[in-house]
Amino acid sequence: MNFPLPSFIAVSAANPWTYVLFGAIGFAFGFTLEMSGFGDSRKLAAQFYFTEMTVLKVMFTAIVVAMVLLFGAAGLGILDFSQVWVNPTYLASGILGGLIMGVGFIIGGFCPTTSLASASTGKIDGMFFMLGGFVGAFLFGETEQYFTNWYNNAGYYGRVTLDQVFGIPVGAVVVLVILMALFMFWGGEQLERIFGNKDLSKEPKIRPIGAAVLVVAALAVFFIGSPSLEQKYNKVKFTRTETIPQENADPIVNTLIYSADDMLANRLAFVTPAEAFKTKYIQSLNPVYLDVRPEADYNLYHIENAVNVPLDRLAEVIPVLLTEPPANTVFILMSNDEAAAVQAWKTLVASSVQNVYVLEGGVNNWIAFFGKDDKTLQANPNAGSDQLGYTFPAALGNRYESCDPNPQEYETLEFETKIILQLKRDKSGGGCG
Amino acid sequence: MTTQTRKSIFNRPEKAYVHPYFGGIVLGVVLFLAFLLTGNGLGSSGATSRLDAALVDAISPSHVDNNPYLLKMAGGDKNPLDDWIVPVFFGALFGGFTSGAFNGRLKLTTTKGPNISDRTRWLMAFLGGVIFLYGARMARGCTSGQALSGGATLSAGSWVVMFAIFGGAYGVAYFVRKFWL
Repeated sequence: MNFPLPSFIAVSAANPWTYVLFGAIGFAFGFTLEMSGFGDSRKLAAQFYFTEMTVLKVMFTAIVVAMVLLFGAAGLGILDFSQVWVNPTYLASGILGGLIMGVGFIIGGFCPTTSLASASTGKIDGMFFMLGGFVGAFLFGETEQYFTNWYNNAGYYGRVTLDQVFGIPVGAVVVLVILMALFMFWGGEQLERIFGNKDLSKEPKIRPIGAAVLVVAALAVFFIGSPSLEQKYNKVKFTRTETIPQENADPIVNTLIYSADDMLANRLAFVTPAEAFKTKYIQSLNPVYLDVRPEADYNLYHIENAVNVPLDRLAEVIPVLLTEPPANTVFILMSNDEAAAVQAWKTLVASSVQNVYVLEGGVNNWIAFFGKDDKTLQANPNAGSDQLGYTFPAALGNRYESCDPNPQEYETLEFETKIILQLKRDKSGGGCG
Repeated sequence: MTTQTRKSIFNRPEKAYVHPYFGGIVLGVVLFLAFLLTGNGLGSSGATSRLDAALVDAISPSHVDNNPYLLKMAGGDKNPLDDWIVPVFFGALFGGFTSGAFNGRLKLTTTKGPNISDRTRWLMAFLGGVIFLYGARMARGCTSGQALSGGATLSAGSWVVMFAIFGGAYGVAYFVRKFWL
C-alpha cells in the first residue's frame, strides 16, 4: 500500500469519510493537548519563566517521535515523502510572523490550538483568546494587501528541508535533531530544578530508556537511508479507464493499472504535437513545456513558451515542480527526438511529479508537423539519434512561424487524447495555510 | 453500603495531567498518523482565517471581491470552509472537551497569574489572541502548522519560525512578568 492515501489528501464532498478522518485527527489532537495540560495558560506561560518546561517537553517529544516515524516510513518505502506537505520556506515573513506570535503567546498565554483545548473545557481566558484570534486573522486579511509583495517574495526558498540546507543525508539530520532534543530535555529539567524547585528524583525512571530507544531508532533511520530513484520509479502506478460501449445498456468501464514502463511501452505517456499544441487552448489545463535539450539546440529553435531545463540540471527544478505550479498543470517534455525526454520523464515520475508527458517524436516531429511549409528549415540527413533533424539559417529561438502555430489555421486537428489530469494534492491548502 | 451520587460530566473528580513526555509521544504518533494517512500535518490557525472569510463572505460578498487575500479562500464558487483544516479545527475543540470531561476538568474558570484580576486576564488573552493570529497568518502557520508539523518534516522555514516564536516570547516575558508571576 502506498501512503499517503490518495483519496484522503483533501476533504471532498464526494467522499464524506474525508471529513470523518480529518475530524478524528483533530479530535485526537485536541484530546492530547488537553490531557497534557495545555488548557491551562499558567502551564504554557511557565515555559517562559523556566519554572515548568512542559511546552518544550511535549512539543519536542512530539516532533522527534513523528520525525523518526516519518523518515523511517519514507526510508522503508511505505510513505512517499514527496507527497507529504512540507511548509515552504519564507524567511522574512516567517521570522517576523514568528516573533509576533511569540509576543502574542506570552501576553495571551495560549497558542491557537491550545486555546481550543482551553475554551472547550470552560476556561474563559481561552475563549477570549479564541475571540481575539478571529479578530487578528481578520486584521491580517485586511492589511495583507499593503505588503503583499514582501509577504510573498522576501526570503522565499520554496520546499526546502534541513538536509538540503546543510548538504547532509536526511538520516544524519534525524540523528542530530534527536541529540539536540535530548540535550534540551536534560537542560529543561535542570532549569525546572533551579527555577521551579522541582524534585527530579520523583521523575519516572524510565526516561533514559526512552532516550536510548529514540537514539537507536534515529540510527536505524540513518542506516535505512532514502529509497533510490529507481526503487521509487518501480513503485509508481498509473490508472487509466477504458470504456466499452454496450448495445442497449450502460457502457462497461474498466479501470486499468499501469506501471511506468507500461505507460511508455503502450505509448500512453506520449502526446502528439497536435495535442501538445491544443492543450494551450483547454481552459481546464495549464500546460508547461519543458525543453530538456542543451541550451545551444534550444537557442536554434524552440517552441513558444518552452522553458529550457537541460537534462543534467533537471534535478534542481524538481522541488519547484512539486510545489509551485497550480494543480491542473500538465508538463510536456521534449528533446530533439525522444530519448532525452523519456529519460527526463522517468526522473520526474520517480520523483512523484504528476501529469508528465513526452512530446512524441520531439522537436523534430513538431517541425515536421507545424513547419513543413517553412522553406528556411532544411532537413539535415546527417543528424544522429536525438539530435536536431534540421539546419537553421540562424539561432532564431522561437521566432519561426512554426514555434507558435496560428490557432485559426490549426483550428481542427485530429488526435487521440492522452492527457488525463490526475488529482493532485492541493499544495496551497496544506499546513496551516 | 455507602450511597454514591451519580457523577455528571461536570463534577467528576479532577485527575492530574499526564506526564509531558507521555503526552508528547502520543501527540507525535497522532502527528505521524496524520502525515501517513493524509499527507497533511496538524494545524488550526488556518481554520480561523477560513471561518473569518466565510463570515465576511456571508455578510459582504463584495468585500471579498476587493480583497486579494480573501479571494484566495472565498469568492466565486469557492467555499472557504471546504478545506481539511476546518474539520481538524472542530475535531480539536471536541477532543479537548472530551478529554476535559473524562478527567473532571470541565469548569467555568479563568486560568491566570496570582496577582491580576479576571478582567485583566481576559483583556490580555484577547489581545494575545489578536497578536498571535496576526503573526500566525503572516508566518503561514502557528505553533501547530509550522513548529510541530514543519518541525517533524524538517522544513527549514518551519525551524526558523519555531525559534522566532520562542525568541519573541522569551524576549518579552520579562516585561509582562507581573501578569504571570
